[in-house]
Amino acid sequence: MRALCWHGKNDIRYEQVPDPVIEHPRDAIVRVTSCAICGSDLHLYDGFMPGMKSGDIMGHEFMGEIVDVGPGINGKVKVGDRVVVPFTIICGECEQCRRGNFSVCERTNRNKHIADKVFGHSTAGLYGYTHLTGGYPGGQAEYVRVPYADVGPVKVPNGLSDEQVLFLGDIFPTGWQAVVQCDIEPTDTVAIWGAGPVGQFCVRSAILLGAQQVICIDRLPERLAMAEAGGAIPINFEKESVVERLNDLTNGKGPQKCIDAVGLEAHATATIDSMYDRAKQAMMLETDRPHVLREMIYVCRPAGTISVPGVYGGLLDKVPFGMVMNKGLTIRTGQTHVNRWTEDLLGLIEEGQIDPSFVITHRVPLERGPEMYQTFRDKHDGCIKVVLQP
Amino acid sequence: MQNAYGNHSGSSRAHGVARGLGWFSIALGVAEVAAPRALTRALGMDGQESLVRAYGLREIATGSAILRSENPAPWVWGRVAGDALDLATLGAGYRNQNPQQQRNLGLALAAVAGVTAADVWCARALSNGAGQQARLPMRDYRDRSGFPRPPAEMRGAARHLSIPRDMRAPEALQPYRAG
Ligand SMILES: NC(=O)c1ccc[n+]([C@@H]2O[C@H](COP(=O)([O-])OP(=O)(O)OC[C@H]3O[C@@H](n4cnc5c(N)ncnc54)[C@H](O)[C@@H]3O)[C@@H](O)[C@H]2O)c1
Ligand SMILES: [Zn+2]
Ligand SMILES: [Zn+2]
Repeated sequence: MRALCWHGKNDIRYEQVPDPVIEHPRDAIVRVTSCAICGSDLHLYDGFMPGMKSGDIMGHEFMGEIVDVGPGINGKVKVGDRVVVPFTIICGECEQCRRGNFSVCERTNRNKHIADKVFGHSTAGLYGYTHLTGGYPGGQAEYVRVPYADVGPVKVPNGLSDEQVLFLGDIFPTGWQAVVQCDIEPTDTVAIWGAGPVGQFCVRSAILLGAQQVICIDRLPERLAMAEAGGAIPINFEKESVVERLNDLTNGKGPQKCIDAVGLEAHATATIDSMYDRAKQAMMLETDRPHVLREMIYVCRPAGTISVPGVYGGLLDKVPFGMVMNKGLTIRTGQTHVNRWTEDLLGLIEEGQIDPSFVITHRVPLERGPEMYQTFRDKHDGCIKVVLQP
Repeated sequence: MQNAYGNHSGSSRAHGVARGLGWFSIALGVAEVAAPRALTRALGMDGQESLVRAYGLREIATGSAILRSENPAPWVWGRVAGDALDLATLGAGYRNQNPQQQRNLGLALAAVAGVTAADVWCARALSNGAGQQARLPMRDYRDRSGFPRPPAEMRGAARHLSIPRDMRAPEALQPYRAG
């Protein structure tokens, strides 16, 4: 079959690879009908995440049709079923799964021994996302092996198009969980950093969950326009001071809830006025990674919540933990417990309360994947979300 | 959908120069960190090895930031600031040197001044339009709400979905309710 494979920084190739086969009784094989490129894939493309090997198949946001099942599936899914596959692989039985903490399933990471060393304790296996999370071949491919297929995949009704349900596997629940973690009160102001696909779903979720005021921060006008369409007040961090605007919008008190939908590749604002500061910053920090986190911690209202769906890889420099402690902030983060939310969110889609396909800006055949990674990364051509068809 | 592509050639040239400057920064930085003594001797700056090494670290950090960043403009401006610092440091030493060292210093000053010119050109090109052109709103997404009704009418539409207990704010942080 054909798939998009990682071969190093900035090097994704459309290649011939062996077809997946059933390796375990609880496996199924899915023929992919649609898949997407996620902001998390960019961290691999940009070479920020350790643990990738040359030839690894990319992709963790995909859906399709079940074409083969192992003998241990017990009729939970059948050949011919149309499913969305959550990016977190879950066993459904371990203590964490039983608590609904699916992204930290204790059993699905095949490289648990490495993850135990790196993270202290292992987290769940993920598709197409480094050998630290199991090194499972991903979904930007014609076919995928889906382990624990009796519990993970979400069946979707035929009345809904691929584009309406595809994002149930990752970015919709991710935006949703980021907001749910904020435990929205009707008087809340929610500030969301990043108007990428995840930020867009944070905006919609915050509206649906009834936040009084939703604000979205980015620098790309087309992304801010989309956030505004969803009900957010846009702030362009290249043109205005984020802290000043947020304080203005909250009577000087700061937003109660702050969400980091940017992650480890944050840009520093261009409004840092003196060149000396820039040089100094360059000296102390190799990159401007935790810029958003610092800004959130600074501007967040005391006793507020910081929710971090944005992905971080390792160590962050100069995170003002003293401020977190003294202001009594709550920090919530994590890879998304996708299966916890899919039923509710599928319900909202079926009721017509939201159509997640609004975020798609590019639809191309899988073979154009390598070029679309670059377009998405560089935000060219108004690109916000790419859907690929094998 | 409207399409307002600008002229990209200026932008990609500035980005090309920025990459060059990034690599140059790293190479110079590595030299300064690895062999500060050779530099201080040639320039008559004996005893200033730790300063040179610090400058080297600055170069490496700025260089790698330029190469990694999608918007290198602030970092190239950072280089301009660094150049100014280099020129000041070199200039300060000029008077009390022997002729050979003065010649070396003169060469170094000329080299830094040349690089400064390139830095300033590049930083300007990146921050004036050229670098930003690719970011003009090329497509109009103002109609992409994803909602069936205006957002104001959607506010709270999913409030009925229960928020799991473990996702709620810690009891102690919930608004105080007596009784
Ligand atoms: N927790 C999870 O399970 C999960 C799932 C999916 C994605 N993610 C992560 O969420 C993050 C966002 O994903 P995405 O698909 O939206 O990616 P994206 O790269 O398209 O979006 C990131 C956005 O942040 C903006 N940005 C950069 N610096 C900023 C700053 N200083 N202030 C405000 N905005 C800034 C960028 O312009 C961009 O629009 C990534 O880190 C991704 O890995 C996490
Ligand atoms: Zn993802
Ligand atoms: Zn489990």
